[in-house]
Amino acid sequence: MKKTLGIFLLLTAIFLITGIIEPRFMQSGNMINMARWTGLYGILAIGACFVIITGGIDLSIGSLVGLTGALFPLLLVREGVPIVIGFVLVFTCAVTIGLIHGLLITKLKLQPFIVTLCGLFIYRGIARYITGEINQGFGNGFGGLRLLVKYRLFDKIPMPFIILIGFGIVAAIFLNKTIYGRYLLALGRNRDAARFSGVNTDSMIIGAYIICSVLAGFGGMLFALDQNSVQPSTFGNFYELYAIAGAVLGGCSLRGGEGTISGVIFGTAMVEVIKNSVFFLNVPTESEFTVIGFVILIGVTFDELIKRMAIGQKTRIVDT
Amino acid sequence: MTSPLLEARGIHKWFPGVHAVNAVDIMFHAGEVVAVIGENGAGKSTLMRIIGGVYQPDAGEIRVDGEVVTIPSVARATDLGIAFIHQELNLASNLSVSANIYLGREPRKFKPLNFIDSQQMTTQTKEILSQLSLDLSPNILVENLSIGQQQMVEIGKALSQKARLIIMDEPTSSLTQHETNHLFELIRTLKSSGVCIVYISHRLAEVNQIADRVLVLRDGKNSGELAREEVTHDQMVSLMVGRELKQYQQRQIQQTCKPMLEICDLVISELATKPINFTIYAGEVVGMFGLVGAGRTELAEAIFGVRETISGTIKVDNQEADLETPRQAIEAGVAMVPEDRRVYGLIVESSVCDNITLPSLNCYQWAKFIREKETKRVTKQMVEDLNVRTTNIFNNVETLSGGNQQKVVLAKWLSLAPRVLLLDEPTRGVDVMSKSEIYQLIENMVSQEVAILMISSDLEEILRISDRVLVMHEGTLTGELQREELSEEAIMKLATGKQ
Repeated sequence: MKKTLGIFLLLTAIFLITGIIEPRFMQSGNMINMARWTGLYGILAIGACFVIITGGIDLSIGSLVGLTGALFPLLLVREGVPIVIGFVLVFTCAVTIGLIHGLLITKLKLQPFIVTLCGLFIYRGIARYITGEINQGFGNGFGGLRLLVKYRLFDKIPMPFIILIGFGIVAAIFLNKTIYGRYLLALGRNRDAARFSGVNTDSMIIGAYIICSVLAGFGGMLFALDQNSVQPSTFGNFYELYAIAGAVLGGCSLRGGEGTISGVIFGTAMVEVIKNSVFFLNVPTESEFTVIGFVILIGVTFDELIKRMAIGQKTRIVDT
Repeated sequence: MTSPLLEARGIHKWFPGVHAVNAVDIMFHAGEVVAVIGENGAGKSTLMRIIGGVYQPDAGEIRVDGEVVTIPSVARATDLGIAFIHQELNLASNLSVSANIYLGREPRKFKPLNFIDSQQMTTQTKEILSQLSLDLSPNILVENLSIGQQQMVEIGKALSQKARLIIMDEPTSSLTQHETNHLFELIRTLKSSGVCIVYISHRLAEVNQIADRVLVLRDGKNSGELAREEVTHDQMVSLMVGRELKQYQQRQIQQTCKPMLEICDLVISELATKPINFTIYAGEVVGMFGLVGAGRTELAEAIFGVRETISGTIKVDNQEADLETPRQAIEAGVAMVPEDRRVYGLIVESSVCDNITLPSLNCYQWAKFIREKETKRVTKQMVEDLNVRTTNIFNNVETLSGGNQQKVVLAKWLSLAPRVLLLDEPTRGVDVMSKSEIYQLIENMVSQEVAILMISSDLEEILRISDRVLVMHEGTLTGELQREELSEEAIMKLATGKQ
């Protein structure tokens, strides 16, 4: 919990400050909206977190969201595939992509940055090709399916947020309570030492990339259901960067071996709150990215300083 | 009398849990060769790193030419004329000899643009190489040089910096006899030109040969000083150990004759050599000696499944084992304590508990969930059995001293009850106390019929622990010595490839 304290404080601060300056920010409609976005992006960020913990990166998340977001309605609407089969096909597609990433990175020892950068181009291209650049959506149908994003628990809590919490709990238990989670954190900190201890590092890393792609694929379906209009050339653009930003803000280190699921959820919420604050505080749209960039930078710096203070105290105790 | 070149008084240095240097006084004069000796963990390296600007002393005063100085960085040490030649050489292997010698201080031309004046650099390098009587082209890449030649390049670098005090840390550890002789000649030449050489070594015979004065450290303190005429092997040893070296109690060798590890015609990639054959019996410690680069670590890694083998078979307990990954090796009952514990042995940012249970995590799970009570219990047991000094089993391993870190590495394997234990330099950088504890542990393992292969560069350790010694030279096994044939000379002869 200590590790996520810094980001939690910062999140609360931004929340309160924006709320005081602009009371509309605190209205329940807006809160629900932010929770919904946090849910959708958070699912991607949890996937990114697994890969980042191994010391890798996945830049293809956004394109994969685009691909699965286009593929899912395409299968269901244009091809008339039953929902379950559609799910299975999209899921298989995501698993395959993650498996290929993992194999290239572990067996051929290619760099994760390069592999997933190529993925970023390739999946975007495939999405545009299979759809013929035509917008995809569910129209007015599939009401039951769309409850997956539209339903609100107690009329307040949006479904994507509930899904995020569900996934978050499972991921946190996996990471902290199972031997695989322990292996992942160990190999992220020191891959050689983990291998020398008998950890099958290659399969663990492949597993992390599969988890990341599957969550991105699932996220893509949810985004598509939520937006109901998927433009193949832009849908999901930059999403990998939001996911990575959320994970890093939440305490994941790109060096690997560090990261908590609760931190990642706070981090994603932070990104969404910043985006939303920028809107409410009447920051001109053209400066939006600049502001987001700066706030994330400040957040990471702040977090690093807090950590350093904590370490400083610890070493002093050891010295005396 | 002129003031000494360098004088340090009351130097203290603390590391977490260790008082590495404790009120040490030293004095070096121009034109002398001073050997600094002591056991591993005696504080030699720390002290030298303080003088070389790598570490800052926590207390004490350093004077150069009588003036009080602080040496906050290596650059400052260089300015003061202090050069440090590390045991692991610090050269950029993809650059030429001249580029290495002048790295960061390249002669320049076209002043505002600061182009490198290669011509001048080459000429100056030639001069330095001739001073070293080294017949090399300044433009040859360092990666094409032998270790001995690389070391000469380091010395050349020191000379080009007008060094007056050159610290050499175990300079001969990877040199052939011929190269060592060349180095000694050079040291004598440097000495006559007024340079002071600080010579750190474990090899007492060499110290005897080259040193004008010997400083002995023990447990971070001055233990004594011997002038040229007082230097004898026994004197040095008794100051290093602080007690009469009692004869190692010969363990009752158990004649089990049960082969535990059999290596047949093993050929290892990257060690294109003759196939390797040997057997280790249950309850036996086989020492393995060789100079750096002899391929000992590579051999151990091949057995442990980290390094690819080209051909050959490995049998563990009479069963042919397919050891392609460490996981398979561990399942076959092989464990390895690697040489560089911070890189391969431990995850230093993780806790003692996480480290100890990592290889055996599979034993403490229920449906892949870690049974934390169990891991805690096992860790506590291990910490107690091995006397690992830590205040809490959830402390990060990096807060432990070297000796305790090494005990954690050993503890990782003990709960798995391995049948073959590969130890690669098990006591490197370990304090005297932990060292004897590790030896005791080896004894205990042996009495439980574990087969142990102990790689070590410490001859004394090899002689003390081994029932039998294998020697490697340039990737091949050059010999095997039985207990009664063991002597430093016999081992060194095989290790240097002299038949």
